[in-house]
Amino acid sequence: MSALTQPVPRSLAPARSRPRRRLNADAVAGMLFVLPAVLLVGLFFLAPLVMTGWMSLHNWPLMGVPRFVGAQNYLSVARDVRFWHALAFTVEYTLVVTVAIFAVAFPLALYVERPRALNGAYRTAFFLPVVVGLASASLLWIWLLNVDSGLFSPAVQALGLVDHPRPLLGAFGSAVASIIVMVVWKTAGFTMVILLTGLQSIPGEIKEAAIIDGAGPWERFRMITLPLMRRTIALALIISVAGSMLAFDQFYIMVGGGPQNQTITAVYWIFNTSFVSFRLGYGAALSIVLLVLLLGLSVVQLRFLKDPDGVR
Amino acid sequence: MTLVSEPPRRGGTPHLGAVAAQGFGLVAAALFIAPVAWTALSSFKPEAEARQPPLPPWPTTGFSVDTYRSLDQFGAGIGRYTWNSSVVAVGTVALTVLVSLLAGYGFSRFRFPLKNALFVVVMATIMIPFQSILTPLFILLSRLGLQNSLAGLVLVYVTLQLPFSVFMMRNAFDAVPREIEEAARLDGCSSLQLLARIMLPLVLPGIVTVALFAFLASWNEFLAALIFISDDRLYTLPVMMTAVSAGRMGSVDWGALQAGITVMMVPCLILFLLLQRYYIRGLTAGAVK
Repeated sequence: MSALTQPVPRSLAPARSRPRRRLNADAVAGMLFVLPAVLLVGLFFLAPLVMTGWMSLHNWPLMGVPRFVGAQNYLSVARDVRFWHALAFTVEYTLVVTVAIFAVAFPLALYVERPRALNGAYRTAFFLPVVVGLASASLLWIWLLNVDSGLFSPAVQALGLVDHPRPLLGAFGSAVASIIVMVVWKTAGFTMVILLTGLQSIPGEIKEAAIIDGAGPWERFRMITLPLMRRTIALALIISVAGSMLAFDQFYIMVGGGPQNQTITAVYWIFNTSFVSFRLGYGAALSIVLLVLLLGLSVVQLRFLKDPDGVR
Repeated sequence: MTLVSEPPRRGGTPHLGAVAAQGFGLVAAALFIAPVAWTALSSFKPEAEARQPPLPPWPTTGFSVDTYRSLDQFGAGIGRYTWNSSVVAVGTVALTVLVSLLAGYGFSRFRFPLKNALFVVVMATIMIPFQSILTPLFILLSRLGLQNSLAGLVLVYVTLQLPFSVFMMRNAFDAVPREIEEAARLDGCSSLQLLARIMLPLVLPGIVTVALFAFLASWNEFLAALIFISDDRLYTLPVMMTAVSAGRMGSVDWGALQAGITVMMVPCLILFLLLQRYYIRGLTAGAVK
């Protein structure tokens, strides 16, 4: 496309050498236009990325001189039971929360896709929590979940369902369940909009043809909607999985990694290593391991996105 | 967004089905809005009432701004932290718009060596979680004297917004017909004049989308703000409110917490309700492509 957009030498141009000089000036202008963006990305993203790799080969304290230790940090990572425990917890959380988000978002997308009165208002309502920050949402739910001054426990008590409610964030199971409910509330609207774009891209004629052929709603959903939405579903999946694998805010704010450090996620463990224990080199090695795992996960999911026989 | 129309075919009791569908929508919408509404309403209760369970959510013993006054007792005062968050958010929005506007124009309209490679590099950073570069970023910012400063936070946030923003702006420029600028070039406009006078109004919707995403991301960001800001006078709202939620001497001031959450939520909600279609457009731009 850009071949056509080349500034064509105007008939007004007097000299033969003009087009060439003009092209150079244009190239310089273009480079100047993109320079600030490239500099920022280079300085605050690519340089730290390279530094992460470099630091991971060092024993790097906050104060004092870094010492080169080769692959020793990576050997320590392999033996770091608490990191692998944190990673296992993060994977379990990701699986459950992703299923929960889709279980809510898919019906909502199907619901708001059909034309009906108030549809715009419903979409806005379902989407509203998405623009509230994760930190605000976490703080909000700490209050709602509080056993004395919150909403759920006193409400359940007032209805006479429980005599002595227990703190929901005090036990592992109920804490994780509460956090998952909060995250589903906050992110279902986002996934819903992504899925909605996929639903709306299915040509109406295909649906109508299936109806004429006598396909029931479930058959149409399985044989038409799902296969035609493969790309959209994969995209929503990648976004949800990547976001959940990097979970930190809600676990830090709502439960502080507790009870008994059972809800420390992978990013939380890296945060503790680097910025609480100040073992920066080791934290960098953990970051690289997490980065490689996540990139691998994305590649697998992207393959699923491209594979025409991925679904069925 | 276009809705696919389907032929009405549900025979028998279409009316009952429609009523049930509306009922579902109303209940679901109420569930999604409830936590936000509950907090905002409760924040206007008098101090004593704010400590009680929020049943009902609205103040029953008179309207009051006690909770906001007690929130102001924390640290350097809520005004200070709102100011910090605003500086960071406005700075991030301004710089993100400026940098992505220039880059989008450059990537859309010019040919230069390594153009595609540079574009791919900027886009590829979206694949790499920024959480994995926090440790060296912390050291880098200290070396540059930008650690523990709102300016440093702005630069980090702008960088994180760039892949999305440059993508949006390049698409916005791609959509402008080339005849328009060729005519202006014949009239002797320089590239910069062309951008400022002719292209700017044409790509305004893209700018609004980029600005909205930059505002929401920087206003709400937590982890980088927690790590890079150590002076408690420079805390942004999410970091400061986390300290409030941790409580003082074992007891949490729930009223102050409700007030603080409301302060954090309201700008986001207002901007979203006003500019919703720009937000959805930004979201679906990536999904459709």
